[in-house]
Amino acid sequence: MDKKFDYFLEGKTGKWEVVIGLEVHAQITSNAKLFSSSSTKFGSNPNSQVSFVDAAMPGMLPVINKYCVEQAVKTGLGLKATINNFSKFDRKNYFYADLPQGYQISQFKFPIVGEGEIVLDMPYGTKIAGIERLHLEQDAGKSIHDQDPSSSFVDLNRSGIALMEIVGKPDLRSPDEVAQYVKKLRSIMRYLNTCDGNMDEGSLRADVNVSVRKVGSSDLGTRCEIKNVNSIKFMQQAIEYEAKRQIEIIEEGGIINQQTRLFDTKKIETRSMRSKEDAHDYRYFPDPDLLPLVLEQSFVDKIKNSLPELPDEKKIRLMNDFDLSSYDASIVVSDQDISQYYEEVAKDSDYKLAANWMIVELFGVLNKEGKEIKDSPVSAKNLSKLINLIKDNTISGKIAKIVFEEMVKNNEDPEKIVNEKGMRQQSDPEELKKIIDNILKNNQDKVEQYKAGKDKLFGFFVGEAMKNTQGKGNPKLINEILKEQLK
Amino acid sequence: MSEITKLTLVELTKKIKSKELSALETANAYVSRIKKSKKLNTFVTETLDQAIASAKNIDDKNLKSGVLAGAPIAVKDLFCTKNVQTTASSKILKNFIPPYESTVTSKLWDSGAILLGKLNCDEFAMGSSNETSAYGNVINPYQKNGEHLVPGGSSGGCSSAVSANLTSSTVGTDTGGSIRQPASFTGIVGLKPTYGRCSRWGIIAFASSLDQAGPMTKDVSDSALMLDVISGYDEKDSTSANIEKGDFLNSLNKNIKGLKVGIPKEYIVDNMPKEIQTLWDKGIEWMKESGAIIKNISLPNTKYALPTYYIIAPAEASSNLARYDGVKYGFRAPGKDLIEMYENTRAEGFGNEVKRRIMIGTYVLSSGYYDAYYLKAQQVRRLIKNDFDLAFKEVDTILTPTAPSSAFKIGDKTNDPISMYLNDVFTVPVNLAGLPAISIPAGFDEFGLPLGLQLIGKSFDEQTILNSAYALEEKISLKSKVIDWWM
Repeated sequence: MDKKFDYFLEGKTGKWEVVIGLEVHAQITSNAKLFSSSSTKFGSNPNSQVSFVDAAMPGMLPVINKYCVEQAVKTGLGLKATINNFSKFDRKNYFYADLPQGYQISQFKFPIVGEGEIVLDMPYGTKIAGIERLHLEQDAGKSIHDQDPSSSFVDLNRSGIALMEIVGKPDLRSPDEVAQYVKKLRSIMRYLNTCDGNMDEGSLRADVNVSVRKVGSSDLGTRCEIKNVNSIKFMQQAIEYEAKRQIEIIEEGGIINQQTRLFDTKKIETRSMRSKEDAHDYRYFPDPDLLPLVLEQSFVDKIKNSLPELPDEKKIRLMNDFDLSSYDASIVVSDQDISQYYEEVAKDSDYKLAANWMIVELFGVLNKEGKEIKDSPVSAKNLSKLINLIKDNTISGKIAKIVFEEMVKNNEDPEKIVNEKGMRQQSDPEELKKIIDNILKNNQDKVEQYKAGKDKLFGFFVGEAMKNTQGKGNPKLINEILKEQLK
Repeated sequence: MSEITKLTLVELTKKIKSKELSALETANAYVSRIKKSKKLNTFVTETLDQAIASAKNIDDKNLKSGVLAGAPIAVKDLFCTKNVQTTASSKILKNFIPPYESTVTSKLWDSGAILLGKLNCDEFAMGSSNETSAYGNVINPYQKNGEHLVPGGSSGGCSSAVSANLTSSTVGTDTGGSIRQPASFTGIVGLKPTYGRCSRWGIIAFASSLDQAGPMTKDVSDSALMLDVISGYDEKDSTSANIEKGDFLNSLNKNIKGLKVGIPKEYIVDNMPKEIQTLWDKGIEWMKESGAIIKNISLPNTKYALPTYYIIAPAEASSNLARYDGVKYGFRAPGKDLIEMYENTRAEGFGNEVKRRIMIGTYVLSSGYYDAYYLKAQQVRRLIKNDFDLAFKEVDTILTPTAPSSAFKIGDKTNDPISMYLNDVFTVPVNLAGLPAISIPAGFDEFGLPLGLQLIGKSFDEQTILNSAYALEEKISLKSKVIDWWM
């Protein structure tokens, strides 16, 4: 590795290191809520997906949704974490208008999933980020304050939706590591189909814990928690702002107060919500309406045996079986859509060429147009065809790039483009030999010079041959024939 | 007419089935008696017209297949009843009309019973005298020298109504003695089933780990019949027990020869009236005469039961009652913002005893106090349960008094919560251990006030205590001394 980790912040008194840990709230992919059978569909009319349980009507009782338990176990296994066969639900008590029960059912002392890890591919090598725990909990409803000057409205569609809170250890040291962490976590959950990771719809959001310390120190500083950040970019901005704020305070002789802060996405700054002194006392206690969650080992094993191939394993397979570089492989597996596209291109063409073409050419176009792979202007099938045209020498790599440019415009079949524009590669050795013999005959003087030792003239002959074939001559064949004829 | 209302549930349903009585004349008998008994204040809500209409319908269509066909039954106002106001005797649920029916009451109606109305109780079942109801105190049909007495609590409307023949039988709920103590005060039978025997779904929660619905009836056979109807697994209540249903009435048997009966020495408490000790001794004699074997046993942690109960029950209640916040349903007192609306609503909506328990519960769950109170109480609860487990290795049932006194005067204990709480001293340990127990009328004190004896059983062994109670009932052959002084 030639690159080294270098995210240190320069203060007046020296270099500072930033210590970050995330608590990610991931909405479980499930048709029904955690303790009721109401639908979880996004974007429905307000309060149209609310059961008596979700609205906390008197006498209503929660019943655990087994599928959500499975999803949490699956995610835990995907994070190589310990699955706790015994876990418990607790009540987290607080009053708010969008919390109908007056408490959130969560897991406090005995979470369903224990310690695990996430592997991060950084430019300076791989890094393991620890997972502290994963627990199940209910989401609250939504308060709407901007519809009426004097009243607030409450939409309970979200109330009771199943969330996984994934608590990371304070192992991250830079905004880039945070981005990698979130992307990798999201990718794993998408592979597992346990969370769609859609940050725009609030399916994935995080509380970001930030502290700073002098480079070389191993003590953890006092942290501040930035609540409910819902994009990777905002997380990075919030961390950068917050770390600088803390450094400034410490360097001016102040101390950091442990507090909860919110990130203002317009002003790009964090602001205090409440300090430790006026933190809520949630009065956690075991929910007497629910029995402890006891998982049979066979239940866990069954899920384990049905796990799909996950990004880390897939990466190793691609590197071993298809000789992809670690870099290429990690890009290909980073996202399930990308990975699916890649597999589709590669299975009928060539694994190595497919990776090159996707990463260099296709991603170039996508970046330029600001598009996701699922909106790619070139279909996987057509890219696969293009690669096959290169492989069977129908066109050269150079011509292929011109064809690709055409394909981007209207996703046309590359074979059609090649045929219509007469771009087929000149690969008939007899034809090429005729052309080359002609060139040599017309350039006797240069042939003499070449034979006398002026090797550079070889390029001249190649150039002439390409010119005479309108750029369609097979470069490899031209080289071979020239070498033979110039012996 | 009044002879009809004196019939036991078993007798009444037999007569209706054989058409000796019509459902309508039965309903009319109860309706006219209820109309003349307003002084007792047993009902919060009456559904008399609907009851008459239902009875007509049963006669017209000859709907006599259900075991309770045509039996008029009023229920405690803690059971949610579809389209009928359900208040938990609290102002905060005034005018609350549930759009659903509790599991227990729907089993009653499915068996052909007819709803007469909703019976008064202590507010949210918190009390031992029915004096905490927002709808006024209930009056015991028994009087002491012409003075009004409490009917016990919290199911005081239930006990008074059964004793005064205003309902053929009823269902109450028992969190710390709320079925058994009022049964003892009014000379009726009250059965608290094993925790998990009857579904809690649709019952307004007080303390979820202790609440259990059960029959309150004129005699032991009626309790067996009622338990047959209302018990059973309910997938909507995670704490309901998925075990085989009993066949209690058909299995009822007076033969208790060889049955081992435990007498716990810890139930001899200070200042217990002599006549209670005398009654207990008589009970022991009656059991012996019936062929039972008496064994002295020890339940050493009994003295901790009351303080343990008064930590756990308020803790759960403080959380269970958080949903009554004026946001979604029930009473709301406006405020200038959300917090003030909460404060006004809960200050005006809840009565003093409920507020006291919410505050105790909030306190014992607070960080810094949790370990010393709530956690310790849970540990002691386990010890109390262990005491019973150990005792039940030696004996089949345990005989104790139901309450340490007979019914007291209205207002006697309202200013002394501790002395009020002491009323539950014999009943509370049973709830903490989740066991079944039955109170049967066993005698009268010097003022002619009824006194009860309690039989405690093993988990899910209601049959043994029903059989023992059945045998005792025959020995005692007590007649009601209720004279209709209020009519």
